[in-house]
Amino acid sequence: MTTVSATRPERMTRASAAVRKPLLKVEGLNKSFGRTVACRNIDFTLYPGEVIGIVGESGSGKSTLLNCLSGRLAPDAGSIAYDLRRGSEDAPLVDILTLSEPERRMLMRTDWGFVHQNPRDGLRMAVSAGGNIGERPMAIGARHYGDIRREAEDWLARVEIDIDRIDDKPRVFSGGMQQRLQIARNLVTRPRLVFMDEPTGGLDVSVQARLLDLLRGLVRDLGIAAVVVTHDLAVVRLLADRLMVMWRGDVVEAGLTDQVLDDPHHPYTQLLVSSVLQA
Amino acid sequence: MMVARIDVRSLSKSFTLHTQGGVRIPVFAGLDLRVHAGECVCLHGPSGAGKSTLLRSLYANYKPDSGEILVMHDGAAIDLASAEPWRVVEVRRRTVGYVSQFLRVIPRVPTRDIVAEPARIWGLPGEEADARAGDLLSRLNIPRRLWSLAPATFSGGEQQRVNIARSFVVDYPVLLLDEPTASLDAANRQIVIALIREAKARGTAVVGIFHDAEVREAVADRLFEVAQFQRAA
Amino acid sequence: MTGDYNFAYLDEQTKRMIRRTLLKALAIPGYQVPFGGREMPLAYGWGTGGIQVTASVIGPRDVLKVIDQGADDTTNAVSIRRFFERVADVATTEKTTDATIIQTRHRVPEANLVEGQILVYQVPQPEPLRRLEPRETETRKMHAYGEYGLMQVKLYEDIAQFGHIATTYDYPVIVNGRYLTAPSPIPKFDNPKMQDNPAIQLFGAGREKRIYAIPPYTTVKSLDFDDHPFTVQRWDGACALCGATDSYLDEVVLDDRGKRMFVCSDTDYCGQRRAAGHVGEQPDMDDALEPEAR
Repeated sequence: MTTVSATRPERMTRASAAVRKPLLKVEGLNKSFGRTVACRNIDFTLYPGEVIGIVGESGSGKSTLLNCLSGRLAPDAGSIAYDLRRGSEDAPLVDILTLSEPERRMLMRTDWGFVHQNPRDGLRMAVSAGGNIGERPMAIGARHYGDIRREAEDWLARVEIDIDRIDDKPRVFSGGMQQRLQIARNLVTRPRLVFMDEPTGGLDVSVQARLLDLLRGLVRDLGIAAVVVTHDLAVVRLLADRLMVMWRGDVVEAGLTDQVLDDPHHPYTQLLVSSVLQA
Repeated sequence: MMVARIDVRSLSKSFTLHTQGGVRIPVFAGLDLRVHAGECVCLHGPSGAGKSTLLRSLYANYKPDSGEILVMHDGAAIDLASAEPWRVVEVRRRTVGYVSQFLRVIPRVPTRDIVAEPARIWGLPGEEADARAGDLLSRLNIPRRLWSLAPATFSGGEQQRVNIARSFVVDYPVLLLDEPTASLDAANRQIVIALIREAKARGTAVVGIFHDAEVREAVADRLFEVAQFQRAA
Repeated sequence: MTGDYNFAYLDEQTKRMIRRTLLKALAIPGYQVPFGGREMPLAYGWGTGGIQVTASVIGPRDVLKVIDQGADDTTNAVSIRRFFERVADVATTEKTTDATIIQTRHRVPEANLVEGQILVYQVPQPEPLRRLEPRETETRKMHAYGEYGLMQVKLYEDIAQFGHIATTYDYPVIVNGRYLTAPSPIPKFDNPKMQDNPAIQLFGAGREKRIYAIPPYTTVKSLDFDDHPFTVQRWDGACALCGATDSYLDEVVLDDRGKRMFVCSDTDYCGQRRAAGHVGEQPDMDDALEPEAR
């Protein structure tokens, strides 16, 4: 009979990995506030279309990590290399910390998105829903009102907001609608990477489920890679392919989401998983 | 000539419960298992012998302490015990299907979409995936009027059949079945038996836990005693 | 006569500082340059920024014209003109063509300006993005990196709400293809006059302590959408006094029964036309008024 050892699995893995180009590669990221270490030697790689969850309790460093990754906070050390596709598809990754500020800002409103826990931080509350969605296209040069409007309508439909609400200000929207509008506002430029900070925090449980399901569908359909920070294990179970568990500034455990949640090894992860109340 | 679809070598698994004073629970050690195409192996042994742990390890849901789990994927062997996560996802998408004991219900998603999802992810066009999902749901006696509903409110047996449909919607080369018939009546049990037999006939390697003797005798080619590796652990 | 004041009120150090600011502003068209604005003998909102700019560029041989909403005889215009008559002892005029410096609030004169003339705008809010983005740190970055999508959002909101771009004054422009600039609260009717103008256009914001400028013959483009292009106001009728159809018209309410007339906002332009023999439908405004309203 044929033996499977004829091909060494290690070699196979390496050969294919060379073909697969990471979207984001983080190495040796450190960030301290005074004597408090918020992130210690963080390494990880994110591939296109992959969703990674970062879980941990308040103060574990997960939000600091997200802010460093998304260019909102400067790390003390380390590199955050991103596939800018400068010049060609196979151009090498570029450390975003070496980009100029305008380059970084351009990246953040085109190829990246950021979904805030509080929609008020991510929306312009005095601007209509359509204007909120249209801002990114207009920022990169869209100058045809009719096209901008049609795109806004399309995105409202995708996030399940009635098109009749296109001229309403987000302040008259419910929390769940505001959050869905924030998602549409981010995804309209088809970003390849979206950062999410507790995207379902502060919402009613029934609204959470709808938002999660919507996010899951959009991320899959559009092939978006995402970094999702949350303390809610149900969120990562549903959204994330992979999981990193942070505890006191360290990533103490990482792997496939179901692996980490169903067979946790680190004491903190075990505590985290066993602390979830079964409904 | 038969091809080994699964080749488990010297696999060891234990649990360390840090929340309970760091007690270590060995499950098995030095476990070897080969499953060929078209073969159905029934994991056997008393409760607590480690059957589910082994099955979950084969799906890379549990992380073994040591050893290899080689699975034939796209004509090459992949070691699930050491593969990178994205590669495990690939293997699960196209090669290894898994029927858990319970359906993990996703809020709001209709039954038919839940069943069709693996086929879509596998790469089938949406309509074809839906058609296959419909065929399986019909065959498993899930009334059409339920297809558009989320299965959260379904009975245990209905949820289990949805779960089975979801895993048979793709012709995985490897199928892992954890008590697929536990909460089914006799008629539906027969349907699941037929599904498993058809899969075997297609060359699927099946590893399962079947407590029901009737099902076991109908599908299993041999029993695999997990407990024999317990002492070594 | 200048009395106890230095020529044109400001001390020479301050004028030098403002002139340096003006040179920088002219070198970077449309860019807001901060300056050390001084306390002036009138309140913010009455043209303190414009007065400081005028005081810094005016010389004894200059001829000054001051207009407020196009008119030379309104309170603000009269006060500022008298101020410079007193502190700089300069000649003043109401004729646009005779003036070397024209300080204006809310209008650009109808008569074409020529090389050598200076138009000084009084600016209440120099930052066109302010109402959309309250953080100064952020608006500075938006200018630095040319991120002007947000201004377009404002125009989008107009169309969404009113069906057209409803902004009619202080209509945002891009100067020299680079800086987003507030033209001050002039009607958008006047925006096209800023484009390629032979005169020097200087802008002073006293409260916000910013100066910016448009050098002669500079491109000034009003923002718009491809399918909602920039347009200026048009009136069905003509000026009742002089019959002009090409000027910005003010509506004058004549009685409490809805009787009204339209007249040129630019009083000098209207007067020049009438002196040249042009006549509108109601050449004498007094005749239009009811006896009891006179």
